[in-house]
Amino acid sequence: MELLIANGHVIDPAKGFDEVTDLYISAGKIAGIGNAPKGFKPERIIDASHRVVSPGFVDLSARLGGGGDEHGATIVSETLAAARAGITTLCCPPDTTPVLDIPAVAELIHRRAQQAGLAKVHCLGALTQGLGGEQLAEMYALKAIGCVGVSNAGRAVYNTEVMRRALEYAGTCGLAVVLQPEDHWLGRQGHMHEGGVSTRLGVPGIPETAETVALSRDLLLVEQTGVRTHFARLSTAKAVELLAQAQAQGLPVSADVTIHHLHLTHEAVGDFDSMCHVRPPFRTQADRKALRGAVARGVIAAICSDHHPHDVDAKTAPFDATEPGVSALELLLPLILELVRGRVFDLSTAIAAITCRAAQVLGIPAGILAIGASADVCVFDPEREWTLTENTLLSAGKNSPFLGRELVGRVTHTLLDGRVVFEEEADVPASR
Amino acid sequence: MTASNIQLDERGRLKHFLSIEGLPQELLLEILSTAEGFAPVGRRPVKKVPLLRGKTIVNLFFEPSTRTRTTFELAAKRLSADVLTLNIGDSATRKGESLLDTLRNLEAMHCDMLVIRHDCSGAAHFIASHVCSEARVINAGDGRHAHPTQAMVDMFTIRRTKGDFGVLRVAIVGDIAHSRVARSDIHALKSLGAREVRVIGPRTLIPPEIETLGVRVDHDLKSGLRDVDVVIMLRLQNERMQGALLPSAREFFELYGLTEERLAVAEPGAIVLHPGPINRGVEIDSQVANGPRSVILEQVSYGIAVRMAVMSIAMSSAAKPESH
Repeated sequence: MELLIANGHVIDPAKGFDEVTDLYISAGKIAGIGNAPKGFKPERIIDASHRVVSPGFVDLSARLGGGGDEHGATIVSETLAAARAGITTLCCPPDTTPVLDIPAVAELIHRRAQQAGLAKVHCLGALTQGLGGEQLAEMYALKAIGCVGVSNAGRAVYNTEVMRRALEYAGTCGLAVVLQPEDHWLGRQGHMHEGGVSTRLGVPGIPETAETVALSRDLLLVEQTGVRTHFARLSTAKAVELLAQAQAQGLPVSADVTIHHLHLTHEAVGDFDSMCHVRPPFRTQADRKALRGAVARGVIAAICSDHHPHDVDAKTAPFDATEPGVSALELLLPLILELVRGRVFDLSTAIAAITCRAAQVLGIPAGILAIGASADVCVFDPEREWTLTENTLLSAGKNSPFLGRELVGRVTHTLLDGRVVFEEEADVPASR
Repeated sequence: MTASNIQLDERGRLKHFLSIEGLPQELLLEILSTAEGFAPVGRRPVKKVPLLRGKTIVNLFFEPSTRTRTTFELAAKRLSADVLTLNIGDSATRKGESLLDTLRNLEAMHCDMLVIRHDCSGAAHFIASHVCSEARVINAGDGRHAHPTQAMVDMFTIRRTKGDFGVLRVAIVGDIAHSRVARSDIHALKSLGAREVRVIGPRTLIPPEIETLGVRVDHDLKSGLRDVDVVIMLRLQNERMQGALLPSAREFFELYGLTEERLAVAEPGAIVLHPGPINRGVEIDSQVANGPRSVILEQVSYGIAVRMAVMSIAMSSAAKPESH
């Protein structure tokens, strides 16, 4: 099948490409940009006038449900939401049920995702068995089945000796390590940022040092072992500072931040809004400012959704008793565009953070519009206004602190290997 | 930001009593003056007024309590309401049923008011934001967040003994971090215009940025108590001694225990409050607890009148459909 995406504003940050032109797709691959390949006869033309054409988005952390506890969210429902959001590649962290510490679990996820055929799902294998932080997982077997990295997800590896050995062993297997820096002890009982708001509400706090103590320790171990490490979900200004220092020192480290941490602070918890119960917690305005700046400067390479779909019950309880997490796949683009409009960073940087830079972190071949590469493409209307409601969210998880929010920017087409996996039903005429 | 929107109805009247924060000063004063009116009821031969006759009040206690529970129960009975007390702390309900399910069951029984105590901060807010529109919710203590009726009991006690708040220096001593009473007392004292509010305790028991609530922090008991008119002692839970917060009860008493000798730097007429139950020899010396400055037993007896005031005011906003 040959397909033409005509007259769109093509942005491909990987190559610094940014112009209004045509994109030619043939046999699931990018066949040409600007110049039609010989004998190209499109069976379909997508008019992308006034729209942005970018590589399909790469999301470094999305939980997909359906691993055994069927509470609504399934790989089908969540990859459909991903397609709606323009996300063509996503990484599933290992804190699934059951834990992704054996190849069979990864295989099941891969198979279900392939059957759904809506997005490419990569797995992060567990760093330690059962994420228990004590016995190394069979990382080589996990790599062999296709895991793109290993991680202990949100569970701390409190034993420093185990962490050191886990890094060394992952390095032996040639696997990148993804760490969520959180000290096992500091803030263990906490549910929100430790500060003025937690003091006012009497909610046990998670201090900044919960993140920075763990990050400092892990950076020193990275320095010792030299193993490629990605720090996931940073939340504090101090962590950004530590990371920038390590990068200046030449350590093989990168980082990401969630889109909601670039928008919200602990003030958003207000009077116990469980939708704002997240881990790591929303922190202060100064922290948010530092995180935004770090994305703009490239210290933080990627922005992820850290999608966490929950059923209604998981968020319907007193704050401390609710599950942390936000359903965020479908907010990734509009919330990023909001920051672009606010001049936090430019459009090219923003798209890089959810395409090529995110893909590079784990060495995933995605996030680029190179000729011969898979035609994973996202077409979006950067001006389209819409309102986030439970009905406009395709994800089975309706847990978002942004419900009711007016948003600008919406995906109109998503292509996976040249196949249209999402397109808006009521296609707005391109001429206006 | 504040709880005011959920606590007040569209006409600004008290609907749910969840936290002192966000309530207007006039409302606190109304509670205090209404409580004055109820105070004599307990000394009458017939200790009842018919204000809440025919109303059903459920005390929902997810955490053990003796004093608060019994004063709420007596307050409801003296208002002629029908009262049911459920101690859910140790029952099977606690484990199997969600808080929302418990609430729905009680709603199905058409109760008019829920008095809730729960170990999660925000539990009362949660109940109030999910309850059907007619029922009232009174917070009898949620986690470390708020214990607004206890704060009103303390304010009532202080006002009766010391009069005008504007001239008073008040010290709150002990485990501020885990104390819902401290948080509610601070909001009430600030709202009622106390001259100065100090919190005193070791750094491990003072929560970060507490100064943003308008208080002065002192880690030294002697300098903290200097010239104060009111001392509010807090109960120190035994489990605080088991972690990294404190080495021992003995050392805590050594540093922060209230004795007659230490009280000497306070104003001569200073009074001592304690929300109970008291740990003698841990946070307070028996001599002080039983001594002339102690108003601890007054707090208990005023507890009933104040809770009658809160219940009747909250219920009055639900009393009749609008008649104008």
